[in-house]
Amino acid sequence: SSGPKSLREMPHPLATSSSEEMGPALTPSPDLLLPRSIADKDLSLPNGTPVDTSSPASSSSLLNRLQLDDDLDVETRDLFVTVDDPKKHVCTMETYITYRVTTKTTRAEFDLPEYSVRRRYQDFDWLRNKLEESQPTHLIPPLPEKFVVKGVVDRFSEEFVETRRKALDKFLKRITDHPVLSFNEHFNVFLTAKDLNAYKKQGMALLSKMGESVKYVTGGYKLRSRPLEFAAIGDYLDTFSLKLGTIDRIAQRIIKEQLEYLVELREYGPVYSTWGGLEVELSEPLEGVSACIGNCCTALEELSEDMTEDFLPVLREYILYAESMKNVLKKRDQVQAEYEAKLEAIALKREDRPKVPTDVEKCQDRVECFNADLKADMERWQNNKRQDFRQLLMGMADKNIQYYEKVCVT
Amino acid sequence: MEDCLAKKMEITVSEAEKRTGRNAMNIQETYTAYLIETRAVESQSEGQCGPVESLWRRYSEFELLRNYLSVTYPHIVVPPLPEKRADFVWHKLSADNMDPDFVERRRIGLENFLLRVASHPVLCQDKIFYAFLTQEGGWKEMVNETGFQLKADSRLKALNATFRVKNPDKRFTELKHYSDELQSVISHLLRVRARVADRLYGVYKVHGNYGRVFSEWSAIEKEMGDGLQSAGHHMDVYAASIDDILEEEEHYADQLKEYLFYAEALRAVCRKHELMQYDLEMAAQDLTSKKQQCEELATGTVRTFSLKGMTSKLFGQETPEQREAKIKVLEEQIQEGEEQLKSKNLEGRDFVKSAWADIERFKEQKNHDLKEALISYAVMQISMCKKGIQVWTNAKECFSKM
Repeated sequence: SSGPKSLREMPHPLATSSSEEMGPALTPSPDLLLPRSIADKDLSLPNGTPVDTSSPASSSSLLNRLQLDDDLDVETRDLFVTVDDPKKHVCTMETYITYRVTTKTTRAEFDLPEYSVRRRYQDFDWLRNKLEESQPTHLIPPLPEKFVVKGVVDRFSEEFVETRRKALDKFLKRITDHPVLSFNEHFNVFLTAKDLNAYKKQGMALLSKMGESVKYVTGGYKLRSRPLEFAAIGDYLDTFSLKLGTIDRIAQRIIKEQLEYLVELREYGPVYSTWGGLEVELSEPLEGVSACIGNCCTALEELSEDMTEDFLPVLREYILYAESMKNVLKKRDQVQAEYEAKLEAIALKREDRPKVPTDVEKCQDRVECFNADLKADMERWQNNKRQDFRQLLMGMADKNIQYYEKVCVT
Repeated sequence: MEDCLAKKMEITVSEAEKRTGRNAMNIQETYTAYLIETRAVESQSEGQCGPVESLWRRYSEFELLRNYLSVTYPHIVVPPLPEKRADFVWHKLSADNMDPDFVERRRIGLENFLLRVASHPVLCQDKIFYAFLTQEGGWKEMVNETGFQLKADSRLKALNATFRVKNPDKRFTELKHYSDELQSVISHLLRVRARVADRLYGVYKVHGNYGRVFSEWSAIEKEMGDGLQSAGHHMDVYAASIDDILEEEEHYADQLKEYLFYAEALRAVCRKHELMQYDLEMAAQDLTSKKQQCEELATGTVRTFSLKGMTSKLFGQETPEQREAKIKVLEEQIQEGEEQLKSKNLEGRDFVKSAWADIERFKEQKNHDLKEALISYAVMQISMCKKGIQVWTNAKECFSKM
């Protein structure tokens, strides 16, 4: 890589007459930009607060990380996080579940090599919000759904708790694998602090002192033209969510049909038994058939359970993921729109050129940064998604194969 | 078994054809005619075969044949005909008599009926049956000329006997009970099986939707596209496979249905026995009362209350001559009655013996057939599973290439 490019070397966006060319000029290749955006100390928000990209040990190590294969080798990973051991807590005010979060690491950012803390869903939710606030240009993985309709789902049933645990584990692992998010300060605290609530309160106090939350809240700027690739990503995500939604519905329908089939099978088996009671010579084979059908019922039940517990949640997770990604895209659009508006304002004023005022420069930075982060994240996401779905669908196929094998044996 | 017709003659119901014609009431109707083909087979190993002869029969003629056989051989468990109307259908199967699948299954059922009759040691020798297979014209008249309808017992008489018989053979009572239970359990089985088939059909067909969605999804993907697309194709194959699977299962259902209807035939034999037994009991009772009457007249004692006794007290006794005449008549009747009783007894015993022999034969046949049916059902299920494994393995491979 040719090292960081200075701002002034970048072609002025408004120098070219057509607005389309804004797009490519604003988004140079990610592996060039990312270390630059970290190393460039000028990076800050309009109100002066530094952007909360946690500083890595060095930008070169970050580069190393990027140039690795997407399937990170276990040897080069230096942070491992697991979510397990759900426990129910009964207090006077409420009942809730906590999960054990175990961390093993060799990173310098952590004081100890191992940590074990207990966290509840609220804490994960807090973490996610913090990440969204502090890393608005990145795609934050989704959490399992927050609210469950009481009465329909038992919040404390084994299946529900286990499904949630898996999703929370996935959530943390995705953050762990992210070269930027995993170095986030809040993430560190989440993994290590004995008393998270104290930290949370502290954070709130700090925020109120700042006066303004660290958010890219830009109102009412209209985007001139969305760069093609982001438009394409937007379209892709729309279709993707749609298709996943359809698959979710189909899978649910199949499970429903399977359960109805199961109901009939449950009546079918015993009839053979009754008949067997009537016969002398035939009673053994008839009983045999009855027993077989009973075994088929069990196998089918297992299949439906597996699909409900393993397959459906992952689909839903990706739909949530796509939703949050679309939000990030919208934010990106807003940032770009703001930048364009500012640029236009300058052009109209026709003030001294070529020196571009600092705040516009900063806007441009933001846009570029955003785009780059987003692109990098998208690529990573696509790969992970491919892996995840490969695993998911293969798992589905496997389960069905297992079902048939069980039935065959019986 | 050695002399049965099935060994000497090949019988098939090879075709079915839609026909229109006028029925007994001169109304135009559509019906299906079935082609019966027969060919004499030499029992020698040379396997020399005679020419194929054929004739057409419709279902109502089969019914006539069966009725004739039931009445003429009441001690035989007569093989049943396939159902007249489609019953125990699951939703996709048509209940229409003209539906080609129904007609086809009926053709097989009719062939099976003929083969069963032809392999029965007693029934196969019947001339009317032989004529049914070989003589197209004038067969109906031939059947009617036997006057078998007159021999048929009225339903009312049979019902009466069932309730009033005092000492039927215990084995027949048990057998009747068994056939009732068998009928009930097989009906239940067939009903549930139809529902099971319905549901299974639903499960498979919904998987077809995967095929469509995967295809649409693959269009927006780059690396995952091919894998998804080909997996989708396998889902379509899976969804389509259920049609053949369920068609095969219908064959199993038909085998069960045959024995469902056989239960009715068993009950018919039991009813006949009850009737004969009741007849016997009535005749015996009649004889006893006549003997009693005779004795009373002879000795002049009135042992039991009778209207005669009363009237004679009121209006005076009869003359000795009148009494003599009455005694004579009674003695004749008693003689007749005793002979009748003897022959009825003999008839009854013969009936029980030959019926029971046929029932034993039937039991063996039933056990053998149903065992085979269950085995083939299990084989069908295994094959269905193997197909399932194949499809999902293929799909898995496609997914692995994503």
